[in-house]
Amino acid sequence: MVIDSLKFLFYLLIFPGFLFVTVFGLIVDWVDRKVTARVQFRQGPPLLQNFYDVFKLLGKEVILIKDSPYFLFIIAPIIAFATVLMSSTLVGAAFFWEMGIGGDLLFIVYLMAIYSVAMIIGASSTGNIYSSIGASREMKMVLSDDLAFILVLLVPIIQSGYKINFHQIIGFQETNGMIIGSASGIIAFIIGIICIQAKMGLRPFDIAEAETEIVEGTLMEYSGPLLALWKLCHFMMYVFLPMLLVILFWGGFHFTSFGSIIGGIGKYLLIVVVMILIRNTNPRVRIDSALKFFWRYASPLAFIAVILAILGV
Amino acid sequence: MSLYTKILTKSLWVFHVSVSPCNNCDIEILDLITPAYDIERFGIKLVGSVRHADVLLCTGVVNHKVAPRLRQLYEQAAKPIFVVGIGTCTVGGATFKKSYNRAGAPLDKIIPVDAFIPGCPPKPEAMIDGLVKLIGTLT
Ligand code: SF4
Repeated sequence: MVIDSLKFLFYLLIFPGFLFVTVFGLIVDWVDRKVTARVQFRQGPPLLQNFYDVFKLLGKEVILIKDSPYFLFIIAPIIAFATVLMSSTLVGAAFFWEMGIGGDLLFIVYLMAIYSVAMIIGASSTGNIYSSIGASREMKMVLSDDLAFILVLLVPIIQSGYKINFHQIIGFQETNGMIIGSASGIIAFIIGIICIQAKMGLRPFDIAEAETEIVEGTLMEYSGPLLALWKLCHFMMYVFLPMLLVILFWGGFHFTSFGSIIGGIGKYLLIVVVMILIRNTNPRVRIDSALKFFWRYASPLAFIAVILAILGV
Repeated sequence: MSLYTKILTKSLWVFHVSVSPCNNCDIEILDLITPAYDIERFGIKLVGSVRHADVLLCTGVVNHKVAPRLRQLYEQAAKPIFVVGIGTCTVGGATFKKSYNRAGAPLDKIIPVDAFIPGCPPKPEAMIDGLVKLIGTLT
């Protein structure tokens, strides 16, 4: 019993959890900045840049706004951090050790929703006009990408015979071939990458925190450690969302041989690089075009993928 | 020098405050983030919100209208915060030296300043040099 709880604490705090995901996320975000810099023929920041940034933010002053519900302002990033930490532990455990609790996928869907809600609450509690615009845009982004994201998640569930556990989905792919190899799988996978882009607020869909337009919108009033928490959330999502796609569509990751370890990391890195390239080659879209894109094209396509999956293609 | 200041100097986020310049210095500041100069290699990043800033880059001769706003902006920033005056305007007034509407030249009449980078406008190289000197005074 004690051993078990210690083991779970280890999972949460050290290996697939907090320590691993934050360190790995900081490095992946450095890869993002470096690749972005190289695309623009720049040199880019040094390897430890994100570590410096977060460390610096932890030591800065936190400014609270006098006539605002600053309890919500403080609690929002903490809730967001907790949900992201929980989902990344869950996905990490499934990715590396094929472990899981029952109903992992449903849990992830709800945790992602809580993250967005926390961001909306935190931003709108400040009373700042730009933050409010950011919050309202975040709300519209949730409305637009959630339907497509859930439909995408349905495809592996249906293909694997209505399983919602990660290890069962991976197990199904071991015996029956990868889900990405089927017609419905490849459609859902591509839409999944776009949905992740929107969930993380990367370039074509960074509408809620448009830096040049509404000065980081939702994050505008945050400073010091609270801002560091939001940044860490962003870095951690860089780790677990691509892993989620690898698990669901691309057969996961195995410790069995050297080749399969390299293969698993390679799959993950490929998705990340595709995301970075999408981010660097597309300008920001307007909120109404993002909504139109998801409701008119992405969701119906994902729906077609679901129907194909039911038909067994 | 503490460990914290050492790390802080490796990650200075700058916020651009334009307090009645002729707009020339501002354009030179934007040059800093172009591929030719690329100050991201030193960890310097241009941020849009004063809450995230570590350094305020002030350009221009502060006139009576913006002086209270500059002071307010300084108070809104999360401490520790450093102020750098860009251009001769912030030191002596440059083109606007004889203007009736000059509240702050030198800039430290209004807010405490850590470094001045003179020039009309200063070259991007001079600004990088100034920022490096600022880092030198901190450490
Ligand atoms: S220093 Fe010269 S270039 Fe810069 S704002 Fe003043 S007058 Fe313009």
